[in-house]
Amino acid sequence: MMRISAGIAVASIAGAIFSATATADSGRNLAAACANCHGTNGHSQGGTASLAGQNKARMLAQLRAFRDGKRAATIMHQIARGYSDAQFELLSDYFSRQPVARSGQ
Amino acid sequence: MTLTLSRRRFIRWISASAAIAGIAACATTGRASSRRVVVVGGGYGGATAAKYIRLWSPDIDVTLVERESQFISCPISNLVLGGSKTTADVTVSYNGLAKYGVKLVRGDAVAVDVDQRRVRLASGEVLRYDRLVLSPGIDFLLDQVPGLRAAGALDAIPHAWKAGPQTVQLRRQLESMRDGGVYALCIPRSPYRCPPGPYERACQVANYFKKAKPRSKVLILDANPDVVSKKRLFVAAWNGMYKSMVEYQPNSELSDVDVKSRTAKLVFGDVRADVLNVVPPHRAGNIAVQAGLVSANDRWCGVNWLSAESTVRSGIHVLGDATLSAPAMPKSGHMANQHGKLAAAAIIELMHGRQPDPQPVIANTCYSFVDDRNVVHVASVHSYDAAQKTLVPIKGAGGVSLHANALEGHYAMAWARNIWADMLD
Repeated sequence: MMRISAGIAVASIAGAIFSATATADSGRNLAAACANCHGTNGHSQGGTASLAGQNKARMLAQLRAFRDGKRAATIMHQIARGYSDAQFELLSDYFSRQPVARSGQ
Repeated sequence: MTLTLSRRRFIRWISASAAIAGIAACATTGRASSRRVVVVGGGYGGATAAKYIRLWSPDIDVTLVERESQFISCPISNLVLGGSKTTADVTVSYNGLAKYGVKLVRGDAVAVDVDQRRVRLASGEVLRYDRLVLSPGIDFLLDQVPGLRAAGALDAIPHAWKAGPQTVQLRRQLESMRDGGVYALCIPRSPYRCPPGPYERACQVANYFKKAKPRSKVLILDANPDVVSKKRLFVAAWNGMYKSMVEYQPNSELSDVDVKSRTAKLVFGDVRADVLNVVPPHRAGNIAVQAGLVSANDRWCGVNWLSAESTVRSGIHVLGDATLSAPAMPKSGHMANQHGKLAAAAIIELMHGRQPDPQPVIANTCYSFVDDRNVVHVASVHSYDAAQKTLVPIKGAGGVSLHANALEGHYAMAWARNIWADMLD
């Protein structure tokens, strides 16, 4: 599966402790924590950014900018500090592969 | 809901249904595809778990048991007390879960037979499961406030700590209170459901008084030695926009109430109020007690935070406020939603003979409205620590708002829309 290999490749590049145990569903599981504000699989109900189908590199840059204090925010700078580069990779990869339109399931 | 099934009756029920179970077991033997999950409680934890198990693994059969016909959210319900929202604004249908194939059973789960893996409903219906998810919320320890056990006492002194008729009742009392009256709010000792909730409520009631009954007072009687959550931000509201209207009194543990005179009996004296709002101390919901899952302080259910599986009963996962919280983890709807997804992922792995994700990361966000548009937040991120065998807050992550602001008011309502859809649509 492409998903599995992508996840493992990304994780091994980052070389964080996280990578040693990243599973095929690590990106999915991490992304689920974003759904409370950004919608299931990144399909926002409005009022927050829709993450589904966003460009991976751009999202990665945004997450790092939040974490490093280079992009102003009310809350995202605080939440982003809880994640490693390897986890940002998994998150951006997962959201970039979601269809922009909600499929219904 | 009352917990009245006697031990003898329960054992009799188990033996009477054992024969039926035997037949059923034979009928299903050899069906490797049979994977059944029953979820009890359609709140932030349970509804989310039910949806996500089906979303991620449609081969698992999921039945959600819920007592109410519609979901009524505790978060945002303080705005109903403040008058800027109605109950309809915090009510969401369960119909959206059907498209995921979640089977919805409206009923009251009253007993779990942990050995036979069955749940019995008040109607007599019995549901068999391979894994059980209990997201039972809280029930109150009224023994600690004996006056509230009397018939009608909770109508006279509402808690409104479960949203719905209680919220409406408290709003009605606030509306009919005379200008110049006193609203008193009694907060139990931590841990309790929604740490910032009582302080947000004090702001909401003060906001209503400021517009409609400006000579009235809000008196916070807190059993805790200090404001439990977002202290600087709430104190700024009380000393600022609600100056001389809100009074905060720490170390004010309630011992009892006099219902007729609406008097709070504290260790250091009595306080009479025109509207008395007591949040009684609470514990894991009754069904968790019945199932023998309470493992900490006679109140909370210990769980393994890799799977939310009970530490005392295998095959049963407990979510939300009913759990013994991991360090610095609040009892919040947001957290329960995250528990629901953590448990869903773990249950799917376990039911397919694999191990749960060894490094779950979950986050919390609690928004509080200090009036009808300005909001303050607290956020945290929690990851699993293998050495400590629990979820721990990540140092340096999370935090609170700089000050109350309207932008976060918009984000708070966006949070509500998104999380309600994340659990129910």
